[in-house]
Amino acid sequence: MSKVSQFFKRFYLGLVLFFLYIPIVVLIIQSFNAGKSRAKWEGFSFTWYEQLFHNTSIMNALWVTVSVAVLATIVSTIIGTLAAIGIHAMKKRPQAVMMTLTNLPNTMPDIVTGVSLMLLFIFANIPRSYTTMLLAHISFDIPYVILSVLPKLKQMNRHTYEAALDLGATPHYALLHVLIPECRQGIVTGALLAFTLSLDDFTISYFTTSPNVQNLSTLIYSATKLGISPTYYALSSLMFVVLLVLLLVVNKRTKEA
Amino acid sequence: MRQYMTLPWWSWLLMGLGLALFIALVALSIRRNRGIKRSLFATPYVLWIIIFTVLPCLLIAYYSLTDASGNLTLDNFRTFWDSNHIMREQLRGVAGDEIAATVVRGSVNVDTLVYSLWMAFLCTAICLLLGYPAALFMADRNMKLGATLVVLFIIPMWMNFLLRTIAWMSLLEDSGLINSLLRSLGLGPVQLMYNQQAVLLGMVYNFLPFMVFPIYTSLNKLDPKLGEAAADLGCNPWRTLYKVTMPLSVPGVISGITMVFMPSVTTFFIPRVLGGGNTQMFGDLIESTFLFSGDWNLGSALSLIMMVLILISLSILRKADPNGEGGGIA
Repeated sequence: MSKVSQFFKRFYLGLVLFFLYIPIVVLIIQSFNAGKSRAKWEGFSFTWYEQLFHNTSIMNALWVTVSVAVLATIVSTIIGTLAAIGIHAMKKRPQAVMMTLTNLPNTMPDIVTGVSLMLLFIFANIPRSYTTMLLAHISFDIPYVILSVLPKLKQMNRHTYEAALDLGATPHYALLHVLIPECRQGIVTGALLAFTLSLDDFTISYFTTSPNVQNLSTLIYSATKLGISPTYYALSSLMFVVLLVLLLVVNKRTKEA
Repeated sequence: MRQYMTLPWWSWLLMGLGLALFIALVALSIRRNRGIKRSLFATPYVLWIIIFTVLPCLLIAYYSLTDASGNLTLDNFRTFWDSNHIMREQLRGVAGDEIAATVVRGSVNVDTLVYSLWMAFLCTAICLLLGYPAALFMADRNMKLGATLVVLFIIPMWMNFLLRTIAWMSLLEDSGLINSLLRSLGLGPVQLMYNQQAVLLGMVYNFLPFMVFPIYTSLNKLDPKLGEAAADLGCNPWRTLYKVTMPLSVPGVISGITMVFMPSVTTFFIPRVLGGGNTQMFGDLIESTFLFSGDWNLGSALSLIMMVLILISLSILRKADPNGEGGGIA
């Protein structure tokens, strides 16, 4: 009985994962297809990978995507961690207000967030550009950092910080050597989450950038209208592999530590 | 890099001032009572939230309540309810009441909303039916693979969302993989693309992980002794599942429903690619109102309606999970 149910469980999970992975496998296979057609296999080749590095618009978009993701992650992690520490120390009423405002962007659909930020930039007469997109990314990243750090602060013993102060630590020292290390796990999770979201964001970027500054998602979106070239498959396959390797490295390091 | 930095000078000034204010506040509080008041750490975030969350929401409300020349009006909401009302008003001026009355109530916007809600409901239901067993099996202590499986569910999300959707196209289209398989079996090509089912498939594909994670988290927190106790007291496994495990996983289920339903109402792009553009959803409607019709006032009204609907459904869901234990992705 137990063996049968064990097999069934594995089989079911396997099916769900198959469903999740099949489009990705198809995409990776197509990136090696010599022909341009999606339907026919015309032999193995690296053509699309070669073209990828000669395609300036893709390379520009890649630069925009990665730099926005990195900058947004750094800024939102700093602001978000400070905010989580601050919110944690607040009295009940202001804390509730802050938490509502922090949860609000999460529950608002992306498209409404994007549109509202677009209205803000138009209203303030700021032309949409790289910077506006970066500001938008920071805004939607911060809540995720806060929501990752806050639980760690809540789990922490409340008196640790006070004990550090009583033992003569300056607040500055106690912050750096007691509070931050205690919630390091949460900060890392938040930063990773922010980076992933920023890297993959389409809707909000679409509304907050100008047509001259495109990230990968908006570039792909405009390319779909003309029929998409397998160069994009090559690009996303490469990014996928890079991220996978990064994950394995991080995983190995955390296991050793 | 220089070409990117196109903010007007005053916004840099504003940011500088904000930063200086923050530093001054912190410095002041260090001088005055030895310890930094820790709640002050949230100052940059408070400023940020006011500029980038509160102000945009107010702007949406402002635009939805005004017309193109900035006068207060409720016309945008009337257009939502009855998209032909402007035409009727114009006809009334030209041809009189009787002819104007023949213009039927246009319901494009309402129909789109109802259709989107229905699709989101279907998508959420399918995700729950598929995702609950998956989360349950993942949390099974005998699996020993829980953490790895979570990662396996996250990895597909690293592939660009637009490209993943496009990949489904190459599976589903007439000359695609599935139809080639069917043809070699002699079953002939089947129309899989450009219909409601294809859109639904794309939505479920994209949102399924958001259902699985919260349920998995809440199931994983359960004490395994609870199941053993239920078994000792004479419950068979099904009864344990129904009486013990399921009620305790309600917070996770609610959090999952929220995370799938909310974004799927405003799905955007998927209907265009897999539905061939003949089934518009509310997200597409908001986008095209803003960017193609250029009607920010109506677009804002549509966004506001969406926001209000979501806040209402959230408060209903909150009732079922008052402590917010469901947890998010993290």
